[in-house]
Amino acid sequence: MEKFTVKVFGSGCKGCQALHQNVIDAVAEMNISADVQYITDMQKIMESGIMSLPALALNDKLISTGKVLSVSDIKRIIDTTI
Amino acid sequence: MLKVIQNQILGMQWLKILIGKMLESFGLDIQGKTGASLLFFLYDVIKISILLFVLIFIISYIQSYFPPERSKKIMSRFDGLLAQIIAALLGTVTPFCSCSSIPIFMGFTAAGLPLGVTFSFLISSPMVDLGSLILLASIFGWKLAVTYVIFGLVIAVAGGCVIKHLNMEDQVADFIRNSKAASIELQKPMQNERVKAALDSVCNTLKKVFPYIVAGVAIGAVIHNWIPQLWIVNTLGEKNPFGVVLATVFGIPMYADIFACIPIVESLLTKGALLGVVMSFLMAVIALSLPSIIMLKKAVKPKLLAVFVGICTVGILLSGYLFNALQALLL
Repeated sequence: MEKFTVKVFGSGCKGCQALHQNVIDAVAEMNISADVQYITDMQKIMESGIMSLPALALNDKLISTGKVLSVSDIKRIIDTTI
Repeated sequence: MLKVIQNQILGMQWLKILIGKMLESFGLDIQGKTGASLLFFLYDVIKISILLFVLIFIISYIQSYFPPERSKKIMSRFDGLLAQIIAALLGTVTPFCSCSSIPIFMGFTAAGLPLGVTFSFLISSPMVDLGSLILLASIFGWKLAVTYVIFGLVIAVAGGCVIKHLNMEDQVADFIRNSKAASIELQKPMQNERVKAALDSVCNTLKKVFPYIVAGVAIGAVIHNWIPQLWIVNTLGEKNPFGVVLATVFGIPMYADIFACIPIVESLLTKGALLGVVMSFLMAVIALSLPSIIMLKKAVKPKLLAVFVGICTVGILLSGYLFNALQALLL
């Protein structure tokens, strides 16, 4: 099965950690194999052009910025991407 | 007509009367200390929650049209003082959580925007926004709200100009100065996505801020009914020429949502605190805070950070004294 990468870009504040946790929960509920990364390195964030945190990227495609997506939102997005 | 909007729609006087009657039907004396506190408490919590709901929804919806990426594009088109003014204005409509301050700062700087312009944006963003404007208008009237916004924008523009002239470009963190600009094009959301995002914003904010609102109203109620007027007049009123300084110094390290501060400010005012003192407290609390300064420290070197904090502080102090002077005209 193809490996999925989910990148959560955050700064360590509560909202960013919440998105990270929601992604972990969503992936667990969907029972898929995914590499979930939590990126707080400002340089990497800047190089991606992201300006609002937290941000979410699936397989290196930027999906959302500045929003703490809910578990169901994340599941829906993963579904439409697979 | 304006008075009706002011008193009934924004001020919700009908709500106060309704709650008063309800409490009286339970046998409580709303003129007595406990009854008055309870009335104030219930009225304020409900009023602020309704305002919060409506305001956050409308403002989040408007803000969905101004993501930082778009602001960056708009600001790149202007030069000089005009750029500073546009930056300050855009700062008021762009959604901004303090943990985004670094990416925004990095994005603007990497796009080649001058330091002064970026700082005008950074100063105005937390201090002045649509939500604060309408909230202040509903509690204190339009004259005060508009004056507050004007002062905030002036501080933002002036602050940006000062930073521009200090030539502190080398005070930005090295990794930002050495970056190349990356531009992302996010899909424009559709109408129903905007509405959903606005509703999500309301729910998340309500959940996060509600405890602060209750705390703020409780403190306000205590001030309203239990703290002696004399004490307030002596420390925060006309008896103390340093009231503004005290309020600012107190307010800077703190952070609270503006919705939570309002009941405290309201009570202090009715008890004889000067307008400028409470306004500078409000501005200090929402514009500067330990978390946002810690965030900014990652993006700028200490000297520039100190200048930023210094400018905001001076601006708030000046506004405070100005508000004091204009109190009779504004309230």
